[in-house]
Amino acid sequence: MPQFAPLLRKDHQPVRYLVVDDSVFARKNIMKMIEVFGGEVAGEAGDGLTAIAEFNRIKPDIVLMDITMPQMEGIEAVERIVRQHADARIIMVSSVGYQENILAALQKGAKHFVQKPVKPEVLYEILRYVLGDDPNAAGAPVALAGEHQI
Amino acid sequence: MRMELIQPFINAADAVFAEALQAPTKIADLSMDEDTYRRKGVAALIAIKGDIEGRVILDLAPEVAMRVANQLAGAALPESEQVIRETVCELANMVIGNSVTLLNDQGFRFKVFPPDIHMSEEGLGGSADTEAMVLCIETPCGEIYLNIAMHYLHRRRSERNTVSTLD
Repeated sequence: MPQFAPLLRKDHQPVRYLVVDDSVFARKNIMKMIEVFGGEVAGEAGDGLTAIAEFNRIKPDIVLMDITMPQMEGIEAVERIVRQHADARIIMVSSVGYQENILAALQKGAKHFVQKPVKPEVLYEILRYVLGDDPNAAGAPVALAGEHQI
Repeated sequence: MRMELIQPFINAADAVFAEALQAPTKIADLSMDEDTYRRKGVAALIAIKGDIEGRVILDLAPEVAMRVANQLAGAALPESEQVIRETVCELANMVIGNSVTLLNDQGFRFKVFPPDIHMSEEGLGGSADTEAMVLCIETPCGEIYLNIAMHYLHRRRSERNTVSTLD
């Protein structure tokens, strides 16, 4: 995997993520990328209902949310989370990327969409964009001494 | 056989395997099959119903599934039926998800059913009258088979609307 300058909060702490996907592999894959981006996996969930509970418990900076999941699908979970936390930053991560799906997620309050299989460089740019809109997080990656920003 | 319905699956499989396994892939064999499908290993069957109908089978040997699992996880995992099942499911979901995105954006409306995993010794039933395209894709983890049978159920909505306008 390529190297990336760390994405940090404005207080220079790691960005805290909640990773939601019913596939263990998909979660592991995303978590590997988060580690490379200098983030912290604050929680994970395998369905929409657990995601809502985890969001309320850990208050992450970013949620990476699958769409098709058992019990409660990602788009419904987005709607419920955003209803309670209007400032929630949720990025949809799904292999199903047709326009209706993306529009439905954005209308319910998701901030962005990335299609599986996730390319690290694509996710990184989307995170930069979404974090740039977050008052608690640094909009641009914070380069550590001796590192070059990409 | 409607190639315009098959091609999105081939393109998606090629792109997904190359990206997920971080290596180029190659279509080693391609054939038409009218017989009931004979499974090679662990298979995921995904049914599609709507404007277009059919099914896609993604099939790989358990040892190939384990190599894929290790690649996806970025670490050596202990071999288990659950890991193999999850791996085949995940691959199938990614291939189908990417394919249906292409088809949906072309205007087809249909429902995709969750993968049905077949691991037991018994064969995988298929309709004898379904002509399918069978692909063997070579990946660094081993061979992965795709069996695709798709057809139009009705004329597409836009075509129906055009016809009624002309009437």
